Amino acid sequence: MELILAVVSGTLFAASFYLLLRRNLLRFVIGIIILGNAVNLLIFTMGRLTREVPPVIPYGQKVIEGAYANPLPQALILTAIVISFGLLAFTLVLVYRNYTVSRTIDADRLTASEPEQDVDLHTQKKRLPA
Amino acid sequence: MKVLLVLPVLIPAVTGILTLLLRRSRFAQRALSVLGAVALLGASSAVLWTVQTNGIQVAQMGNWAAPFGITLVADSFSAGLITISAFVAVAVAVYALRGMDVEREFFGFHTLFHLLMMGINGAFITGDLFNMYVWFEVLLIASFVLLVLGNEEKQLEGAVKYVGINLVASVSFLTAIGLLYGFTGSLNFADIATSMGNIQEAGLEATIAALFLVGFGIKAGLFPLYFWLPASYHTPPAPVAAIFAGLLTKVGVYSLIRIFTLLFPDPTGYTKTLLLVVAGATMVIGVLGALTERNVNRLLAFLVISAMGYVVMGLGFFTTLGLAGAVFYIFQDIPVKASLFLIGGVMERETGTTEVGKMGGLYMHRPLLALSFIVPAFSLAGFPPFPGFWGKLTLVQAGLATENYLIVAIALLVGVLTLLVVAQVWARAFWSPAREEGLVSTDSPLQRSVLQAPIVVIGVALLAVGLYAQPLFDLAQQAADNLTNTAPYIQAVLG
Repeated sequence: MELILAVVSGTLFAASFYLLLRRNLLRFVIGIIILGNAVNLLIFTMGRLTREVPPVIPYGQKVIEGAYANPLPQALILTAIVISFGLLAFTLVLVYRNYTVSRTIDADRLTASEPEQDVDLHTQKKRLPA
Repeated sequence: MKVLLVLPVLIPAVTGILTLLLRRSRFAQRALSVLGAVALLGASSAVLWTVQTNGIQVAQMGNWAAPFGITLVADSFSAGLITISAFVAVAVAVYALRGMDVEREFFGFHTLFHLLMMGINGAFITGDLFNMYVWFEVLLIASFVLLVLGNEEKQLEGAVKYVGINLVASVSFLTAIGLLYGFTGSLNFADIATSMGNIQEAGLEATIAALFLVGFGIKAGLFPLYFWLPASYHTPPAPVAAIFAGLLTKVGVYSLIRIFTLLFPDPTGYTKTLLLVVAGATMVIGVLGALTERNVNRLLAFLVISAMGYVVMGLGFFTTLGLAGAVFYIFQDIPVKASLFLIGGVMERETGTTEVGKMGGLYMHRPLLALSFIVPAFSLAGFPPFPGFWGKLTLVQAGLATENYLIVAIALLVGVLTLLVVAQVWARAFWSPAREEGLVSTDSPLQRSVLQAPIVVIGVALLAVGLYAQPLFDLAQQAADNLTNTAPYIQAVLG
């Protein structure tokens, strides 16, 4: 089971890296979504998979006897899912809002904030005043 | 549970909520914002004082014993950082009274500013790996909204780059957390530090260290992961840029130092060399970028990158002296960078342009601004008697002691180039003759003094630290002792 999940997680990482390297911002956002899921699966697998009882202490006892499923990775993943959901919503709105202003989702054409001539090598005022 | 340790997180949270509730009243928001920042400075100073007198302070949240619950830890490093951050926050809150426009205030600048401070302080003070990730996300989302606040085209575009790369950085950090948890079964820094042997046996130490380096390196703006920084830091208004430049990269580099000293104190394989190579390249690239840049805010953004190189160099030596230099450099770099960006904002306001070459006459018209530019600028270049000099001196001494002559030579060369950068800004914007139309700003003298006062206060504080560096250096030395000898930290947390 660990092996299958490790392969799935690795495949998701590979797919998301491919998408993150695209110039299309929408693909980039989809890459971010897949990347988040890949990490969540990784944390889940690293927390050891046990097909055992849920971690509920029986009535009248202080501890659980025997093996039980580890609840902590699930708590971590839940937190990570909520956070990535919020960030994803913001990112989608940001990309859309940016599209309405600049009319492009091509990362290479996002140059409004860059200086027109960004290096300062050929100006008259280059020399320090004496 | 010690309430004092929670205050640096709680005060900005409450201030942020109150400013949100009072969003209809501009006056109430502004008063609360400044008061909240002052209260934060008070609480942080109290934490620093307690740490100085009673040693490392630990608070177990919800009274859960150490490895099971979330622990807040303040040692000299954390306490010093939150105090200096709060000092800068007060300066920015005052500057924003005039430097921020009505729309941005109305759409929640003050709320977001305090929530950002909450995230920053949380990241500085937590002793739990996953909790640190959560604080990172808190400060990230606050910084995202601060960056786009105002909806200008260049802001949106800078934000796309900033948001995209920072999401990837968070995922790299989270992957490292997942792997560490899988091998040690814990998320508490101190607890993980005691069971790092498992990871060394699995041969994963270098992998996990590299994942942390990528995650924090993106946030700290290290080579070759820095390119988002000059693409976005010049787009928001000066108070936002000042708090970003002063604090956000420092959170990244703080985490880098904390993780590497505690979990990888004697890294195997290529990690040590990698850190020094990254440090050297960061210094050189940052200063070369600044040298060719003509937009004052982008120029300053490149100088932010260059300074990070010095800090990582101090970490790369893995000696107490190197860490003391790195910690001292971070301590003085926070106010230096914040004040430079605030000054950049005033320069833009007064001359109506961001092009350094088109400014001019600022020395004649605004002598006080020119004087207060000298302190952070020459501190950055490492000129005595400014505090940057002591930081660089310590770092160079540490480099010579560990016989890393090449990186020391690079550091000294970069220092000279930084001097050239600030001298160029000084010559073009301040010394060169004024343009015929004079200054375009319509601020009254009172409004101008609101912008000027925080800059002057930071300048005086920096000068005082430069002339009498011993107390701050002792703090840095104490922080470095705790970083290299981790036993007291682990003892304090696990009891």
